[in-house]
Amino acid sequence: MSLIKSITIGQYLPGKSPLHRLDPRLKIIALIIYIIAIFFIRTFTGFGVAFIFTGFLLLLAKLPLGYVIRGLKPVLFLVVFTVILHFFMTKGGEVLVRLGPLTVESAGVRLGIFMSLRLLFLVVNTSLLTLTTSPIALTDGIEYLLKPFRRVGLPAHEIAMMMTIALRFIPTLMEESQKIMKAQMARGADFETGGVIRRARSMAPLLVPLFISAFRRADDLAVAMEARCYRGGEHRTRMKEMAVTPLDYYALAVVAAFLLLIALARI
Amino acid sequence: MIVVQDVSFAYEKGGEGEQKALEEINLKVARGEYMAIIGHNGSGKSTLAKHFNALLTPAAGRVLVDGMCTRDKDHLYQIRQRVGMVFQNPDNQIVATTVEEDVAFGPENLGLPPREIRERVEEALELVRMADMRRHAPHLLSGGQKQRVAIAGVIAMRPRCLVLDEPTAMLDPRGREEVLQTVGRLNREEGITVIYITHFMEEVRRADSLTVMDRGRIVLKGTPRRVFSQGDLLQSLGLEVPPVTELARRLKMRGLDIAPDILEVDELVGMLCS
Repeated sequence: MSLIKSITIGQYLPGKSPLHRLDPRLKIIALIIYIIAIFFIRTFTGFGVAFIFTGFLLLLAKLPLGYVIRGLKPVLFLVVFTVILHFFMTKGGEVLVRLGPLTVESAGVRLGIFMSLRLLFLVVNTSLLTLTTSPIALTDGIEYLLKPFRRVGLPAHEIAMMMTIALRFIPTLMEESQKIMKAQMARGADFETGGVIRRARSMAPLLVPLFISAFRRADDLAVAMEARCYRGGEHRTRMKEMAVTPLDYYALAVVAAFLLLIALARI
Repeated sequence: MIVVQDVSFAYEKGGEGEQKALEEINLKVARGEYMAIIGHNGSGKSTLAKHFNALLTPAAGRVLVDGMCTRDKDHLYQIRQRVGMVFQNPDNQIVATTVEEDVAFGPENLGLPPREIRERVEEALELVRMADMRRHAPHLLSGGQKQRVAIAGVIAMRPRCLVLDEPTAMLDPRGREEVLQTVGRLNREEGITVIYITHFMEEVRRADSLTVMDRGRIVLKGTPRRVFSQGDLLQSLGLEVPPVTELARRLKMRGLDIAPDILEVDELVGMLCS
């Protein structure tokens, strides 16, 4: 279980903040707009705007700040890597540091900082979406937004159903893998020592039973769903319908204001 | 309510591996009846269960649900709405990530308006006494609670008949009792026809009628009292009669003058002390 606890991206923290109550469709669209927007930012003023906007959302969502920051850990390596790469590889402007054949030039510093800022904003805002939106609302929103693509053959309902079932079974399969692991350890299996290859090989007695059981579960579930009149997305209604509230219009206004400021900061 | 006429079924058709899972089954289930089907593993009881709501269709003979033939594709969803099914493994029949969303799954498939779905979900959760846990994640519930959620998921479709295929096989004694009580209440108070399939003889005392299966055939039919009095036959089929009944049977063999069809402890006590 420690594995799941260390991952904060994709987790949901229930709450009643304005951000929690927003329509999931709006949140998803706003996130996409935001991600596109931060790649258009070319000035420090622009990043200032993005920073204030993100900070405002974080305050609004009433999330524990430490929790959000901990979620950044997995991307830290990527950020450092990006900075180093840009510092040494991107040329232009005046030379700031010279280390033998290597030089750090001002354009590289600028781009390195920009890219890492973009990465950080991207991760913070994406986790802001998943932290404030329940998995069910998220899949409902995705299903709705994918609907127009059904014309070109995209199975919108099926994708959403797959996501729901996956979310439903992740804890069940996690529990099961723990159980199998303990059962194999009781018979002398060793999951912890040895090199990469040895450890990978020792996973076989864990994965084989897990897969077999997952297939059996899938079979059972399919029969149970059929018995409950499931026949795909056709004719299906939902208990919880997504509804647009005044709050969503305010949110839209905030996003529009953000875009305007970003555009102004570019000039 | 349900009529089974001369039904035979085999999983592997033709070839040498053909072994009949069901052979010439005849059965009638009356509206409001509490029928139990018992049998050992491989007796064909689960195969028969899947025939009641057209998950399987007979190779020979026919199954009628309120006069509708299960082979008729036009009535498929009507039949499945009328005859709900609960399976053995509670984990593998819960679809959604919260209790109420899962109970809503069936009514959603029926295409009902959202307000009615909400009403039915509340009603079904009340009936199985799970209304307080409507927002819980299913993997955090106990086995008995999960199985009650599964029952609510079926009840929310307003079925006339509930088929339960070994619903207690994976539960602890407490969960087992929860499920049995829920099923009994739904039958008595809501008038829902129940077909209860199990291999625990203990659980079928409350049934109106009992059908014993072995190797794809029906070998015995009758009230629990009548069936339990055939202790020797049941034992030869690998089925265990409830301990009280077994005790009474042995006492009778030792020459004590008591009835061989005792179902409850109190009954035996009364008889011995008179």
